[in-house]
Amino acid sequence: MLKITNLHAAIEGKEILKGIDLMVKPGEVHAIMGPNGSGKSTLAAVLAGRETFEVTQGEVTFQGIDVLVLSPEDRARMGLFLGFQYPVEIPGVSMVNFMKTAINEQRKFRKLEPLSASDFLKLMREKKEIVEITSNLTNRSVNEGFSGGEKKKNEIFQMAMLEPKLAILDETDSGLDIDALRIVANGVNKLRNRENATIVITHYQRLLDHIVPDYVHVLYKGKIIKSSGKELALELEEKGYDWLKELVD
Amino acid sequence: MSAEQDQIIDQVTSGEYKYGFYTDIELETIPKGLNEDIVRMISLKKNEPEFLLELRLKAFRHWQTLKMPEWAHLTLPKINYQDIIYYAAPKQQAKYTNLDEVDPELLETFAKLGIPLDEQKHLAGVAVDAVMDSISVKTTFRESLAELGIIFCSFSEAVREQPDLIKKYMGSVVPYTDNYFAALNSAVFSDGSFCYIPKGVRCPMELSTYFRINAANTGQFERTLIVADDDSYVSYLEGCTAPQRDENQLHAAIVEIIAMDNAEVKYSTVQNWYPGDKNGKGGIYNFVTKRGICKGDNSKISWTQIETGSAITWKYPSCILKGDNTIGEFYSVAVTNNHQQADTGTKMIHIGKNSRSTIISKGISAGKSQNSYRGLVKVLKNADNVRNYTQCDSLLLGDQCGAHTFPYLEVDNDTAIIEHEATTSKIGEDQIFYCNQRGIDTESAIGLIINGYAKEVLNKLPMEFAVEAQKLLQISLEGSVG
Repeated sequence: MLKITNLHAAIEGKEILKGIDLMVKPGEVHAIMGPNGSGKSTLAAVLAGRETFEVTQGEVTFQGIDVLVLSPEDRARMGLFLGFQYPVEIPGVSMVNFMKTAINEQRKFRKLEPLSASDFLKLMREKKEIVEITSNLTNRSVNEGFSGGEKKKNEIFQMAMLEPKLAILDETDSGLDIDALRIVANGVNKLRNRENATIVITHYQRLLDHIVPDYVHVLYKGKIIKSSGKELALELEEKGYDWLKELVD
Repeated sequence: MSAEQDQIIDQVTSGEYKYGFYTDIELETIPKGLNEDIVRMISLKKNEPEFLLELRLKAFRHWQTLKMPEWAHLTLPKINYQDIIYYAAPKQQAKYTNLDEVDPELLETFAKLGIPLDEQKHLAGVAVDAVMDSISVKTTFRESLAELGIIFCSFSEAVREQPDLIKKYMGSVVPYTDNYFAALNSAVFSDGSFCYIPKGVRCPMELSTYFRINAANTGQFERTLIVADDDSYVSYLEGCTAPQRDENQLHAAIVEIIAMDNAEVKYSTVQNWYPGDKNGKGGIYNFVTKRGICKGDNSKISWTQIETGSAITWKYPSCILKGDNTIGEFYSVAVTNNHQQADTGTKMIHIGKNSRSTIISKGISAGKSQNSYRGLVKVLKNADNVRNYTQCDSLLLGDQCGAHTFPYLEVDNDTAIIEHEATTSKIGEDQIFYCNQRGIDTESAIGLIINGYAKEVLNKLPMEFAVEAQKLLQISLEGSVG
């Protein structure tokens, strides 16, 4: 589904990603871990097409298509979803209006008719249950005045609405209390199936107690320095990152 | 960041003004220039009673003593008033009573603008007075409104049929001595709309005037007069467009509203005059005096304006809150793009006790445009317990435009509570990216964000217009409209 080959990316001339290789197949959950400043969020942003980063070398194919030449919106329409570490507030734009615009743009790309208002509201009700979201959240403006936990839940809600092929969740667990963490993780688990894939970017092991990954990768100084099964996360929790850093430095 | 911003701005400024077409229609015009003979000629053309001609001449003589005001935050070009045609009308016999008599070209023009003059086809619940250049072409639903005692007709007809009302109210809110453009308008005005809502009547439909400048080298000078008698209600809409031309054209209108005891008037404008091209060539100079008086106790006047057009806008819809417990409201979204300039705002003059006013102004500037809010809140000595709330927001797209705020306060009564809030913000690249990531392209994202920003004001518009206005805001920033 996703194939990253020797990906290098820089911001303002400074190289952040220094040759990433990663292969994600349908049905898989990958966890990307690593210390602060290792390039985790940069990787997520580059995959989503954020133009502040410049790809200097390498290839990324998504469903067999070179996505590096595509606009962020076209990548999204192909089914690539980014759950933001810091979801952005858009004052005055209701969640309903925002989601409806997004879904219909994506449907247009797939040559489908726009959803009728009643079908849309029905879909919204269904998906809200998955994320255990209360109804008034969707009546408010996008993320405006939301608490940290509400913002993250809202990301998972949007993911549920858009049904992406590949979801990249960037530090979705940061700032969540244990109940919110459980709700977010449950949402992700309920949305998992054999057709889609998830990349979970996280700092801590605790999210991986709830979302069990098939693979764990450690990113350090812009490179994946270790890949293994889910047991790697436990090892990291216990020993920290230093023993791995030493292998590289 | 700045390169991206530029790109975004570039993208959203590459559209076209939709209403820039010209209708080739036989015109009746008078010679260029302005002097007493021209003023007399206009009056004669309109078969006016003596009192009006005299008023015109007084206004003209007064205007000659005045200088163009220069206090606005605008770069005003010299206007050659002798180079303007002050009267141009599509050739016709009299006012059409039957649609079959109307030149099909004219009908098509208004149909193109989305204003069908055929009552059957028209949006349910909106009566229209269509004004092209100097005259009113057709007023719909006149008869059904007349059954309720509502008078809704062109200004010229009102002069002929209701001279007493005109004599009593015309110039009572905006006298010809008010300002330079008011004097000019009072001398050469040609047509416009008149509306009278009798005591105790709630007007069952929206009344609207649609102004279209068509002829070249012509100025449009119309007047609107709305009188809402005791316990009445009316919602009034105004729309305007003009062809795309390289020369600038002058529009100097007057709108007067009178609200008697317990009356309520809601006046909404969607102003979409041609704004000029991307390089600032052409466009309408829009110098308009709009003022309402809450004459009776407990009356209310509410202005809502969506200003997207014109090369230069100079306009301050105001309320004189004379009665006790009166309410004045001003809700405005002003968009400027490319080289457009807008200096707009309001005046709330509190005379009555317990009078209240609300001002919500949302400026959006893009391109190389300049957008200013100018507002006066004045509380007179005897006006006890006045309240005013002002909120003034500016949104900037790109870094070549300007937003300015000029609030004036003159408070002579200690019991007044005046609040003022102001913010300036930019559309964030992160907001756009967030939308992009959900599959929404940059243009739609900007549209979404702008409409969200302007929502408080858009919500005040009547339903049919709110949808139009939302689209217009988006087009304005996509295109050279702005």
